[in-house]
Amino acid sequence: MAALARTYRLGEDDDLGIVAGNRICGELSTIAALIATVSIISGWPAIAADILLSERKSGYQFLARETRAMQDDDTANPGMLWVLDGEALWNRKVGKANKSCADCHNDASTSMKGVAARYPAFNEAANRPIDLEQRINICRTDQQNATPLLFESNEMLALAGFVGRQSRGMPIAVSDDERTKPFIQAGRAMFGRRQGQLNLSCAQCHDDNWGAKLAGVSVPQGHPTGYPLYRLEWQAMGSLQRRLRNCLIGMRAQAYTFGAPEYVNLELFLMWRARGMAIETPAVRP
Amino acid sequence: MTRDAHSPTRRGFLDITARFAGGLGLLLTVAPGAGRATPASMQSAMKKIVGEATLAKGKVKLELPPLVENGNSVTMVVSVESPMTIEDHVKSIHVLNEKNPQPNVIGVHLGPRAGRATVSTRIRLADSQKIIAIAEMSDGSFWSDEAEVVVTLAACVEVL
Amino acid sequence: MARILINVPPKAKRGDVIEIKTLISHDMESGYRPDNVGKTIPRDIISLFVATYNGAEIFRAELHPAIAANPFLSFTTIATESGRIDFKWTGDNEFLATETALIAVE
Repeated sequence: MAALARTYRLGEDDDLGIVAGNRICGELSTIAALIATVSIISGWPAIAADILLSERKSGYQFLARETRAMQDDDTANPGMLWVLDGEALWNRKVGKANKSCADCHNDASTSMKGVAARYPAFNEAANRPIDLEQRINICRTDQQNATPLLFESNEMLALAGFVGRQSRGMPIAVSDDERTKPFIQAGRAMFGRRQGQLNLSCAQCHDDNWGAKLAGVSVPQGHPTGYPLYRLEWQAMGSLQRRLRNCLIGMRAQAYTFGAPEYVNLELFLMWRARGMAIETPAVRP
Repeated sequence: MTRDAHSPTRRGFLDITARFAGGLGLLLTVAPGAGRATPASMQSAMKKIVGEATLAKGKVKLELPPLVENGNSVTMVVSVESPMTIEDHVKSIHVLNEKNPQPNVIGVHLGPRAGRATVSTRIRLADSQKIIAIAEMSDGSFWSDEAEVVVTLAACVEVL
Repeated sequence: MARILINVPPKAKRGDVIEIKTLISHDMESGYRPDNVGKTIPRDIISLFVATYNGAEIFRAELHPAIAANPFLSFTTIATESGRIDFKWTGDNEFLATETALIAVE
């Protein structure tokens, strides 16, 4: 019990080579200790209970009034700057094939409607689910004969944002069949597993303690309804994987490289967990 | 909320948050040697705008959220009561702060063509602090409003 | 690539007070941030925004590092006549961006 309740402090037993100092969530470590202690005392298992489907709330509902207004107005939403760029990229001929996305897919508002809502999706060639960014790169290399876009590059975020925007308002609908089930399970296992120096699982905050405050901001339920989104903390557009990476680093857990299968499994699980909720891309979050 | 033995003896929960949860927050990680605004530098910036005239309270409405979600981008609306006619209008609006590295935030120049004296933008706030909006009227008078804002930071930041 | 979003009503009645919203992509590097090896990243901001209506200035703003990245500015003007509203942003490192919106006033 003492081992689980101990708070890991900056600089103590820090053999991960991560820069110590005022960069990690000090508050989170205290809350982690609290959660860990309460869990043991009350005999709760480490696995948290799913949020009831009817109780699910998008991160939008935890936003301050001003931040909501930013998301609601397409002429004031900074994410739209990337979406506009994405529209230009959609029409630009690239690669040895000298083709644009539009050459095959024509008007995105028709051809891309609903696409982002069902990603990550199973890909035959990869024999596993892939996310939207990976799918865009398959088009880049296989159809346009162009170099793949770097994950988190402005072009990738712009295209993913533009495609995501075409699904705005539509319900998330990732496939839950024999092929995708094992990967959803893998994502779920990661979601429920304690990890990192803070020994926290995603579920402990986002299933058990959503709505509580962490340093002045509400803990959301963690539904990826609006990605890629403009995060005030980044002052830029970013992907779900970037946000997951922030969480993992904040928990002092191992962060993966962008495009890692662990991220895609978790993305798939999170989208499945958010099934039926409306896409908001490009969202704005703190 | 337990404080660890190494926490500084500064007032308030929020100061501890500011110290622990620094990181990518724009103005929190101030480079060594950089200046820091103080209530005194805000006063001297005010003097530069107002000169010897009196600064009255009123006519100006400064809207900022009392608790800011993220100091990197805070929506601010400043509006001034004025008929905005050629004879009686707002010439300029200046916004100042007391804890960012510099006291000036924005200076806006209007005129009778504005119709209304309302301006909205998004600002950065490095810390919980007081913000002042000063309006200069066409008759040379100065009016102001102020707001106290509490700024917290993202709990989990990414390492560069 | 400076991406700009402008919202000006395409049509208005003479004498109406219209709201203009502008959004431009720019990091607004404050000049106070250290990079990952501790060196201060030099200041690089938009410092001036001017709007003119058929050539006459209707709004001017001096921006400082305290303005958030991807600066958003919203202001009003009286719809006086049909024509163009021009927007100009200038700043450090010879930054210059312009945009135009047309308005029909009856």
